[in-house]
Amino acid sequence: MATLDLDVPAHEHAARMRAGDYTARALAEATLARIRAQEPALHAYVTITEELARAQADAADARLRAGDAAPLVGIPVGVKDLLCTRGVRTTASSRMLERFVPFYDCTVVERLQAAGAVIVGKTNLDEFAMGSSTEHSAFGPTRNPWDLERVPGGSSGGSAATVAARGVPISLGTDTGGSIRQPAALCGILGLKPTYGRVSRYGVVAFASSLDQVGPFGRDAEDVANLLGAIAGHDERDSTTVPVPVPDYTAGFARGLAGLRVGVPEQFLERGLGPGVREAIEEAIAVFEHAGAIIDRSVALPTAGAALAVYYIIAPSEASANLARYDGVKYGFAVTDGASVEAEMSETRGRGFGSEVKRRIMLGTYALSAGYYDAYYLKAQKVRTVITREFESAFAEHDVILTPTSPTTAFRLGEKLEDPYAMYLNDLFTIPVNISGDPAISIPCGFADGLPVGLQLIGRHFDEATLLAAANAYGEATDAGKASPAALP
Amino acid sequence: MALTADEVRYIARLARVALTGDEVERMREQLSNILDHFQALNDVPTDDVPPTAQSLDLANVDRPDQTHPPADREQVLANAPRRENGFLRVRAVLEA
Amino acid sequence: MTTKARTEYEVVVGVEVHVQLKTRSKMFCACPRDYYNAEPNTHVCPVCLGAPGVLPVINREAVHFTILAGLAMGCEIPAESKFDRKNYPYPDLMKGYQISQYDRPLCVGGALEIEGDDGPKTVRLERIHLEEDTARLLHRDDGAEPYSLIDVNRSGVPLMELVTKPDMRSGHETAAFLRTLRQLLRYLEISDADMEKGSFRFDVNLSLRPRGTQPLGTKVELKNMNSFRSAQRGVEFEVQRQSAILESGGRILLETRGFVDATGETASQRSKEEAHDYRYFPEPDLPPLRIPAEEVAALRERLPELPDAKRARFEREYGLPHDEAALLAETRARAGAFEEAVRAAGDPKRARAVAHWLIGDVARHLNALGADAELADTRVTPAHIGELARLVEERTVTASSAKEVLDAAFESGEMPAAIVEARGLRIVSDAGAIDEVARRVIEANPKAVDDYRGGKESAIKFLVGQVMREMRGRADPNGATEALRSHLEAGR
Repeated sequence: MATLDLDVPAHEHAARMRAGDYTARALAEATLARIRAQEPALHAYVTITEELARAQADAADARLRAGDAAPLVGIPVGVKDLLCTRGVRTTASSRMLERFVPFYDCTVVERLQAAGAVIVGKTNLDEFAMGSSTEHSAFGPTRNPWDLERVPGGSSGGSAATVAARGVPISLGTDTGGSIRQPAALCGILGLKPTYGRVSRYGVVAFASSLDQVGPFGRDAEDVANLLGAIAGHDERDSTTVPVPVPDYTAGFARGLAGLRVGVPEQFLERGLGPGVREAIEEAIAVFEHAGAIIDRSVALPTAGAALAVYYIIAPSEASANLARYDGVKYGFAVTDGASVEAEMSETRGRGFGSEVKRRIMLGTYALSAGYYDAYYLKAQKVRTVITREFESAFAEHDVILTPTSPTTAFRLGEKLEDPYAMYLNDLFTIPVNISGDPAISIPCGFADGLPVGLQLIGRHFDEATLLAAANAYGEATDAGKASPAALP
Repeated sequence: MALTADEVRYIARLARVALTGDEVERMREQLSNILDHFQALNDVPTDDVPPTAQSLDLANVDRPDQTHPPADREQVLANAPRRENGFLRVRAVLEA
Repeated sequence: MTTKARTEYEVVVGVEVHVQLKTRSKMFCACPRDYYNAEPNTHVCPVCLGAPGVLPVINREAVHFTILAGLAMGCEIPAESKFDRKNYPYPDLMKGYQISQYDRPLCVGGALEIEGDDGPKTVRLERIHLEEDTARLLHRDDGAEPYSLIDVNRSGVPLMELVTKPDMRSGHETAAFLRTLRQLLRYLEISDADMEKGSFRFDVNLSLRPRGTQPLGTKVELKNMNSFRSAQRGVEFEVQRQSAILESGGRILLETRGFVDATGETASQRSKEEAHDYRYFPEPDLPPLRIPAEEVAALRERLPELPDAKRARFEREYGLPHDEAALLAETRARAGAFEEAVRAAGDPKRARAVAHWLIGDVARHLNALGADAELADTRVTPAHIGELARLVEERTVTASSAKEVLDAAFESGEMPAAIVEARGLRIVSDAGAIDEVARRVIEANPKAVDDYRGGKESAIKFLVGQVMREMRGRADPNGATEALRSHLEAGR
């Protein structure tokens, strides 16, 4: 009879619960106790959903007793507070939605519940998913479990931190420019951004409509595969989801890395990387090669350097429209003592939004405005085509493209707050992938100065299976991702 | 690309975001700096390149003309900052 | 009565019409579309509320309805179309942007034939596109402080926007265009096009230029007209207002003016700030629409016979004069009732008689019931009308008795033949009976007989009338006349 060990992967919990070693309820209680204990130091959660978790755990126990062997039954999961949960406040870590309680679930949460998962809390993020450090949360930053004076990355910092801290085995984040992969790298865990159109965005508070995707975090490739499998698939409520069947994402695990054609664009390794990052990546590349992967360093993505500019025009432009609904009329924060309805709307938004959000709204409004649309928005959409075509070319000769996930390891809280553009540079390697819509995963591949380093594998459209198989093989060949941060209970 | 304070205020009005004087100045500096970096785009040739609005090649995604039961009004109005007699309420909107 | 611009100026008018489409559900969500008489905020879901995280899904039927309108007006249906976001902040706009169409509308070009000032005229269209309606704003002024209320029921209702080229040249032509368009929309059954219910709304754009010149003058936009009459009056007032300004050497201000129904004048609206910068960009949540030729062809099959074609066919097939044909072709319901009645009358030659009944006595009955009353709202059916026409033409009943029969049919719903029998209204053609009465009438009216014999033809009419009176309208007037004449001649 195995003990309840919160550090094991989700699939191991599932096996133990099926064997009757402990109940889902017991697992939920233990999880809630741990995350509560970690919260004062970590601040990974906006809301811990004790009642919901207990109810879902009891329902899961009923399913387990009936012999239900689905992989997520009874598994605790953290959900980024950008995903609407019926009856549970959903804040986007913003003053604007601090008290907003949706009367609907997002499709992904509905699927999680159908899969029997147990939602233990809504995790912290950069406000409206805009940021790379979770420092832009209106409710205070989340900290990196590996070093509590450092950022966990962002915008899905809370979801990454709670998994890295072994609070929960799996969690959900969203990724628009790197917001799953970069925190995964900084926290030493796996994080996957699915192909655009793979997972429904219905009920996910919108940031950039043509870039946003919901994706899984975990410490184990099988867990990440199972979570993706549970949430992926066409949704008639989201016209940008694709009716491509959802495969068993673990099916390719046996094949390992042999014969995998890996393209490594030198341009991403040449400069700008923090100390120790390049070394960790090169060691990982060596592991790939040793396991039979074919490494090609001649591949180039010449226009990827322009991706940052493309992203910081397109994303804020779409965001400026997506956030126009927050005006104090239907829901959310509202200033009600203004001189006119226009004044009240403006004040509501001036006070309800934080500085980064306002900055991006302004940028987007400007890029779309009369006289500038052609030079900025339209030009960015054309360069987007160029970048996409370059990825397509690269994938004609390669199965995956390998880059560092983030130029640096976790930086200190406050270190990059002064210069917004410096913060944007954290997403240099992740952004081109959102531009092209391809899937990508960040895999923990060692440490630099005691801080996690992540490597990014980018795949073809709808080829998440290859990325997960590679992550699984790499994980088995090394002890990457196995160490635990010491700092927390 | 240097923005003026007037331009910043104009954009803020378009976007309906009230900014304090300090915010206007800070925004002016930061946005100008960010816009400078966008010059990189001009180095990418895009003649005859079509814009990408979506990274999927989907078309004709629609639904049949059927109804669903609407939400309960209490739910619809539950988060409303101001309401009256089943309506949302705001300050007088002057141009009818 | 048209009022053209003073000889030196010509008015150039275009209109923008917004039509709510008669779908079951809204444009981008499945809430019920028809909110007339619904309690506020009871046809709302997260999508049309603009709640965080929601996404639109296109209503296929709304697209089809719009294409049908385009096909009926000879528009080109481009192979690819898309939606765009039109961004502007307003309390009635839930998302802070409206999903509309900017540069790739569903229909391009096209035209509508109207009765212009000088005969038939073609008004060309620019385009027709599809978008969503906004929520409804209501104003309250209960003393303390005015405020506004919002009903989200209307948010998301499918709205078809039609823009014409500035081809109209008078208030009369403007009203004629709107009237003709409304008729077409109702024919297509894609909209109720009811101004009172808000499903047919329009703005007028106009400018004046010296007659004979090309360049357009400064454009003024007119809003707040709720009837065709007010559209006409609004244009006519503007023509007077602007002519006066131009003649005194002034300049026309580029502005929006509101029509004031009580006075028939227009007033400058509270000057809007700068013109809206809508910052259009392609709607990222909706893939484009690719409309292949086969689909357009299939939709073309769905078009009913259009008003003009139906009217022309009525003239041709039934020998109806133009105005009568137009009246009967006014709506599909009326046209259908007419053709059904003709079939029931059993002989196409009875069509004129059927028309006569429908346009005359039936119309009078319907008007008494209300402006929008149709035959289908009464107990009388086209079969009744057809039968009645047949009975009159077969001389089973006189025309004047037939009116009585019709009135009775409206009351009871009984078929005319049954009513004729029940009330004994059948024309008596028994020559013997008529003869008897003719003799009696001649005896009783010596003066008329003398008049007749004295050469006054009209005296026979009086005598016929007396026979009819005696026989309580059931005599065949021709038979009565025959009988009288033969007696009168015989008695010379």
